[in-house]
Amino acid sequence: MIATRRAADTLVILIVLVLAWQVLHQIVGATALPGPLPTLSYLAKFVPTARFWENAEATLVAFFYALVLSYAIGLSLGVWMGIHRLSGAVGEPILISIYTLPKITLYPVVLLIFGLSLSGRVTFGAMHGILPVAILTMNAIRNIPPVYLKAARTLHLSRRQTIVTVLLPATLPEVVAGLRIGFTLTLLGVLLAEMFAAKSGLGFLIINAMSLLQTEEMITVAVMLFLFAAVANALLLWMEHKLHRRA
Amino acid sequence: MTTAPADAAIHASLKGVTRIYPGAGGNKPVHALGPVDLDLRRGEFFGVVGPSGCGKSTLLEVLAGLQQPTAGTVNFEGKPVMGEVPDGIGVVFQEDASFPWLTVWDNAAFGLRRAGIDEAETRRRVDDVLAFMGLKDFARAYPAQLSGGMRQRVCIARTLVLQPRLILLDEPFGALDAQTRLLMGDEVLRLWRRTGATVLLITHALDEAAMLSDRIGAMSARPGRFMDIVETHWPRERDSTIVGEVAFGEITGRLWENLRGESLKSLGYAGMAAAE
Amino acid sequence: MSRVGWIRLAVIVIAVGALEFACQFGFINRKVVIPPSEMAVALGKLLASGQANGEIARTFGIIVLAIAIAVVLGFAIGVVIHALPRLRQALDPFFATYYAVPIFIFYPVMVAIFGLSVIPIVLIGVATAIVAMIMATLNGLDRIPRVLSKVARVHRMGAVATALRLKLPAAAPYLFTGVKLAVSYGFIAVIASEFILAPAGLGRVISDAYSDFNNPRMYALMLLLIIVATFVNMVLHAFDQRWAERRGIGRP
Repeated sequence: MIATRRAADTLVILIVLVLAWQVLHQIVGATALPGPLPTLSYLAKFVPTARFWENAEATLVAFFYALVLSYAIGLSLGVWMGIHRLSGAVGEPILISIYTLPKITLYPVVLLIFGLSLSGRVTFGAMHGILPVAILTMNAIRNIPPVYLKAARTLHLSRRQTIVTVLLPATLPEVVAGLRIGFTLTLLGVLLAEMFAAKSGLGFLIINAMSLLQTEEMITVAVMLFLFAAVANALLLWMEHKLHRRA
Repeated sequence: MTTAPADAAIHASLKGVTRIYPGAGGNKPVHALGPVDLDLRRGEFFGVVGPSGCGKSTLLEVLAGLQQPTAGTVNFEGKPVMGEVPDGIGVVFQEDASFPWLTVWDNAAFGLRRAGIDEAETRRRVDDVLAFMGLKDFARAYPAQLSGGMRQRVCIARTLVLQPRLILLDEPFGALDAQTRLLMGDEVLRLWRRTGATVLLITHALDEAAMLSDRIGAMSARPGRFMDIVETHWPRERDSTIVGEVAFGEITGRLWENLRGESLKSLGYAGMAAAE
Repeated sequence: MSRVGWIRLAVIVIAVGALEFACQFGFINRKVVIPPSEMAVALGKLLASGQANGEIARTFGIIVLAIAIAVVLGFAIGVVIHALPRLRQALDPFFATYYAVPIFIFYPVMVAIFGLSVIPIVLIGVATAIVAMIMATLNGLDRIPRVLSKVARVHRMGAVATALRLKLPAAAPYLFTGVKLAVSYGFIAVIASEFILAPAGLGRVISDAYSDFNNPRMYALMLLLIIVATFVNMVLHAFDQRWAERRGIGRP
């Protein structure tokens, strides 16, 4: 009953947001901001088109490769810095400073190296995703309570057994949190790359629609990206909660 | 003076005090305390023991004016206590209430600065109380750098510096280990003798109550009432070494006799609550 | 400095030195990356000439404005939401999702609404930073020990004195963590907007220099942004850590 009331409250806020959109639309006019209903009908028309899917595919391909890179490099870096204490102590502040840097500044360098290619967008996406994955993995390993390792030794577990049955489950929730943030930032990186300079992709589509003053298309793409990220995040969060409850 | 001479020895009193918490969100109201009658004699050390959840802390908070009784009256120095902590009452809580953003010295000075006492007098009183509480060397430290026992001393110092005439201690050593608790007990006896204040100590430890108090009130399971009040007849000059005396064993024995059944009740209650 | 500190310094010096070496001896094409020493010289010249002063002032002005709005407004909104538990529960899913969606994709929408000016940049900066401040405020207010309000009553303090003397200092380290996040998020959002689409500002100048193949200018300003961002973040981080240490709070 409490859950339904909470869901209803959340729904009310969602409705208020849509109404605010409508009001803003009425104030600034349809060219600057189309209302929610025209946007929805445009979305229904535009999303099934080949043009949308070609660009979505371009984004998804770049995002997929970038994500694989983010996870592979981030996890290796995190495991290394978590296990090897000195590397962790030396590297952590460096990682954190790079993490908080406006990485868009470096995109021209990526462009100079890779040109307007897929590899450039993948690299830039991975540059965003690697750091949170690495930092959270490192912390997860560092924060393993020493008593777990003592328990593993009193139970005469082998090295392999210790890793599989103790270390992995103990670190998993925090590692998954890192993967979730890495997912989000990698997507942001790919989109920023497409917005800055690209000939395809959803980020390009938004900027292109803006310069052509096709605000409906621009908002449609933004809303679709919003939904994609929100759903993916909800799934990863759900996984994280399940792991936490078990832990 | 409207107070009768016979009452001059009574420092604070509770008459027919009950406290019932209104039921929130469809729950039944909880009858936590009472009716309770209690007269605290001026300058005595009164201990309150009882099973967990029996309303000991409620009793203290009603006496301090932190909670309004549902029925009954509370008096402090001949005046009714009404929804405000009267001047002259100091409270030390069970939780660590030291201010982590202030140094030990500034923690102790907090109340004096609030009261607008001038800087020279503040310095004199704070230095004095820190020396008394053995905190002199930690005056510039922050609470996070101290152990739990030292932090609780900071809270006691912050209360003492205001020279309260009635000091209420709500299980102040509940979170400390047994040995530290005995030593803190000695400190409390020392400050009680030096300040001449009336002290009311809430505790769940029978030995602590037996060692410190002139009188001990044993409370029943919820709703808390006094079942027995034990006089210890200890001399004013006493310390933790009395735990070795025969009388000490007799007192704790009598308290446990009273409380055993009540503690079982409260355990059973907790068990039922957990099973729900 | 500690041993770890020296090793860290050595790592950084070697990395920069290796880049310098690789550029000087042609392992890296100068059209791609210029040697770090030349970046520094170019930055020195640019700052001495004062050519970029207007752009620098504009960009950092916008950043400071956006962060200030986000911190003040975020704190106020956090206090209101904290006082309304039902609203807070309803907002929970939004907070959990907020930083998971690329909010930045709405920057062009803001440009469409408000035109190509300072306003959409400030707005996207505030939008990116404010929720971190709101969440930090909620967390900070949650962490105020309940016993403090009892202490306040023992000292017969009024609502205002309790808020300023006890509650605010108790929540302060958590609020500061919010400020730290707001600063780094605001910084990133403003620079990104200037890069993608802006009439002026450092981001725009770097992006123009890139289009004009003006590498010295591009790398000089890039270096400036990186130095400023790193410096600001390091100061905030150090402050945060020191505070946490003094208060005995686990690393935030």
